[in-house]
This record gives sequence, structure tokens and C-alpha cells, in this order.
Amino acid sequence: MFPAAFDYRAPASLQEALSILKERGDDAKVMAGGQSLIPLLKLRFARPELVVDIGRLPSMNNVMRRGGHTAIGALVRHVDVENSKELASSAPMMVEAARWISDPLVRNRGTLAGSVCHADPAGDWGSVMLAFGAEIVARSLSGERVLRADEFFEGPFATVLKPDEVVTEVRIPLANGRAGGAYLKLERKVGDFATVAVAVQVQLEGEKVSRAGIGLTAVGPRNIKATDAERSLMGQEPTDRVIAEAARLAAEAAEPKDDVRGSAAYKKDVVRVFVQRGLKTAIGRAREVKS
Amino acid sequence: MKVAMKVNGAERSGDVEPRVLLVDFLRTNLRLTGTHVGCDTSSCGACTVLLDAEPVKSCTVLAVQAEGRSITTVEGLAQGANLSPIQVGFHEEHGLQCGFCTPGMMLVGASLLERNAKPTEEEIRWAISGNICRCTGYMNIVKAIKHAAMLRAAADAESPGRPTVAAATAGGE
Repeated sequence: MFPAAFDYRAPASLQEALSILKERGDDAKVMAGGQSLIPLLKLRFARPELVVDIGRLPSMNNVMRRGGHTAIGALVRHVDVENSKELASSAPMMVEAARWISDPLVRNRGTLAGSVCHADPAGDWGSVMLAFGAEIVARSLSGERVLRADEFFEGPFATVLKPDEVVTEVRIPLANGRAGGAYLKLERKVGDFATVAVAVQVQLEGEKVSRAGIGLTAVGPRNIKATDAERSLMGQEPTDRVIAEAARLAAEAAEPKDDVRGSAAYKKDVVRVFVQRGLKTAIGRAREVKS
Repeated sequence: MKVAMKVNGAERSGDVEPRVLLVDFLRTNLRLTGTHVGCDTSSCGACTVLLDAEPVKSCTVLAVQAEGRSITTVEGLAQGANLSPIQVGFHEEHGLQCGFCTPGMMLVGASLLERNAKPTEEEIRWAISGNICRCTGYMNIVKAIKHAAMLRAAADAESPGRPTVAAATAGGE
């Protein structure tokens, strides 16, 4: 299998990339590691006239703590997240999630930001972004936009990005105080799409929940933020009953479909069980953090 | 468009359309047919090569993305007539039957041992989790990689500082 013919540009600077996209953005696809785009090109689900390979842009492969967040450059790969000491300390749930993505070889090429922009409803990073309340920074020649994760995903493979924009970094807010997270995923085998996956990130103040983020993978037309479940936890002491109720609400927010990986009813119940387990794990981890 | 890269230590170049996949460039243009095409959907790992010493699926890399980079294929493992430790490991432990997945398995194994000289069984199984074998049930592949680790440790004890496969084929890096 090989893709339909396309023009190829590998700009050496962000400025050059943005100029190309200003001119030809409507007919172009931006490629970082290519681990989602190249399969689509080969299947000819995507037939752009131009591929803009940003893989050679300088200084976009850093993870750094800055102000109130950890900034992850657009070319940071899944394997870099897996091995990042910075993220292991500031957002360990991301390291846990990275290990679930595809397989080690794909993780050597694919990037976090590329995966977020690809917006596959079965993608893992979308749920992680929602659970953290992350921000996505987009640049074009007209300037910079900072987009909230919960406004970013529109539908299957669709985001609010404009054709002339490139995502330059993703920002993960730093927790103040005791925080913990968990990423749980059910997959049939390594490298398969998720049957269901769940990202949970909580923060405690004393014994009460001061922030809760829950993202759901592969159970709807996009990654879903389980808003009602999050709200039910706010200000509460996370007893078994409170957790069970949040898990029930999260399952209600899921909109799965029957497919080869399971029935809709089964997937909804996996959401419930995973959110319940994930919350218990995340809260346990938050309690271990020394305030 | 023109593309140039280092393959198994030698400068190679060609003129390809941007849509040409790295695996096809290696197999068709350079006639290096040791790199296999299995699923062609980045699931099976038969097309594994090392890109700057890291294993990747060459059916999901464009040849133009490898411009200026260093590639190691299975043909680059042996040093002249001497098999590399990973190849000896697969030979000694019967780490293959049909042989289709073997180039990928050996490259993943070799790259694992560069980073982790003494991997546990779990670390080996984790490293090869993107590579599918339909014959062996993986038992002997795991043993083969362990065997290679032992051979490398023995060789290191004899002559410390010996160049590694990736260093030898990466050339001037």
C-alpha cells in the first residue's frame, strides 16, 4: 500500500511552516511523527495535496516546567513522555498513559501533540488532556491562540484548529498541593485501539476533593469529559459511596457503540468499573503526596 | 525528490516520490530485501529497522523523513563474516521457525541490549511487544535475546570498550 501522490515540504523554521500553511493550508496536512497520518494516507482516507513535515523544526522537543504549568513541545514523542523525569514528578499519570499507547516502536516516532491534533476518539492523549484541564497552544501568522482541552475536540478526527495553524505546545497545569492520577485501559492486545480507557486526575485539600478531572476514551464521537461525575466529587470526602456515584455518572456520560470490541452496554459498565478503580487509585496516590 | 541517508554505515541516495515508504526505498531502490513487509499497517513489526539506533516500523515512515538520518537493517548486523551476538543468540536458541519476523525481532533485541545490557524476561517481552511471531510462541525468541546478552557480557569482559552495532553503523555520529 502506498499513498496517493502529494507534495512534500519539510520547513526548517516555524516561520516557514506558518507561511506555507497561510498559502496552502486548506489543501495541506501537518505531519509530526506520522504514526497516525501515514496509515490514513496509505488507506487513502486522507488525500491532502501537500504534507508539511514539521519533524525537523528546532527546539520543539522539550518538556519544561514554566510558570504554572509543564510545557510539552509539539515534537515530544510518546517515548519521551515515558522517560521524562520532569513528567514523572509533575504529572506521573502521563507516564502511566504513555506506556499504554500502541507499541514501543510506534512510540519511538509518534508525538503527543500530533496525536491530540489527530483527535481520534479512541486516542489516549485526548482523555488525559481533558482530565488535567490542559491547554493547547496554536500558532499561525496571525498570532497565537491558547485553547482549552474541553473546547478543542469537535468530533471524530475534528478539532477547532484552523487550516493555517500549527500546535506548538501542550500545557499541563501544575497541581498545587496533593494530587494523583491514574490511566486505565482495556485493549485486546498490544497495539490495538482501546475497547475502553479512562483518565482520572484528582486533587485533595485536607480530606476533601478540590479538583477532579475524568476523561473517557473510545466511548463516543470524541474523547468525553465526564463533567457531572467531576462535579459530584467537588468538595466531598471521597468515601466509597461518593466514588461509586461518580463512577455511575461517568458511565452515563459515555456514548459507546456496539462493535467487535464489545457491546455498548458492556463498554458502559467498563467505564463505571474503571472510573471507580481509577478514582480509588488516584486518591490513594494523592494521599501519599507530602503536602 | 532526492533523498540521502546512511544505511548500514554507507551513504546511500536515490530519487523518490515523497509518497514512497522507507521500507520500499530499502527493498526496491537499495535491494535490501532483509527488511520484510508483513501487515503493511504498522501492526506486525516485520518491517522494523533502526532509525538513529531506535527501532521503528519502516512501513509507517516516508523515505523522505529519513533524509540525513542513519538506518540499520538486518543486513547491517553481522560484521563481515562474524555474526553479531543477537544473530548467534537466535541461532543457538532456535529463535525462529519460518524466519519472517526474525529481522525485526533481532533489530529490536539488538537495540534493547544497547540500552539495557542485562534485561529481565519482562523487559524483553515488553521490548518485542510491537513485533508479532506466528511460529515460536515467543519462548525461544526471549531465550535468544537473553543468550545474546550473555555473549555480549562475556565479550565485554574480554575486551571492554568494543564498538556496538549501532555505533558501528551510525558512523560519524
